[in-house]
Amino acid sequence: MKIFYFAWLRTKIGVPSETVDLPAEVKTVGALVDWLKTRSPKHAEALANSKVVKVAVNQEHVPYDHPIEPGDEVALFPPVTGG
Amino acid sequence: MAIRVQAEDFDVGAEYAALTRGRSSIGGVTLFSGLVRDMAGGAAVSAMTLEHYPGMTEKQLEAIEAEARRRWPLDDVLIIHRYGRLEPGDQIVLVATASAHRDAAFDSCRFLIDWLKTKAPFWKLEATPDGERWVEAKDSDDSAAARWDP
Repeated sequence: MKIFYFAWLRTKIGVPSETVDLPAEVKTVGALVDWLKTRSPKHAEALANSKVVKVAVNQEHVPYDHPIEPGDEVALFPPVTGG
Repeated sequence: MAIRVQAEDFDVGAEYAALTRGRSSIGGVTLFSGLVRDMAGGAAVSAMTLEHYPGMTEKQLEAIEAEARRRWPLDDVLIIHRYGRLEPGDQIVLVATASAHRDAAFDSCRFLIDWLKTKAPFWKLEATPDGERWVEAKDSDDSAAARWDP
């Protein structure tokens, strides 16, 4: 699965995207965020406060209980600040 | 209709002329333009860099426009949002709505900018004398968008 990071999540984690092999038990956005925290201390720090970690699946905003499938495009980012 | 996500600047007068040319059903147009300010949170801002999520940005803006058209009788909608490095005084965003009557044009324009601010995936990085900092989302933006909840 390809994961994109934006804004300070990108700079804290240090890469704009990465491809990961998800364990079978990771079936929701919330479980994915928890699993990503275990990948490195940078991931753990960047993702520590879930209130400021928003998620899009296939370019739609979704809540943490949203299901994920292996072919999904997933993006993690802080609350948006455009306009 | 038009959604444009671009690095280039835009000309409000030219956009207004293009929107209204030959369209005598339009009785009123509301235009909102957002600019880069030179101060934010008490700090001088020398530049602002806008990051976005290509693909999702356009998709979300199209969804926001579709919602506005569902709620109001609109002849046309234009949303232009820039990305990249901007300086104080530069234009960031233009929202224009055209309708037969002013209420639909005013209300839908306000709706579009309020929803855009909380749903379109853009992030602002400000350059200040103390270094660069990511702009934090404001609760007031969430409450402004929530006014339009069904």
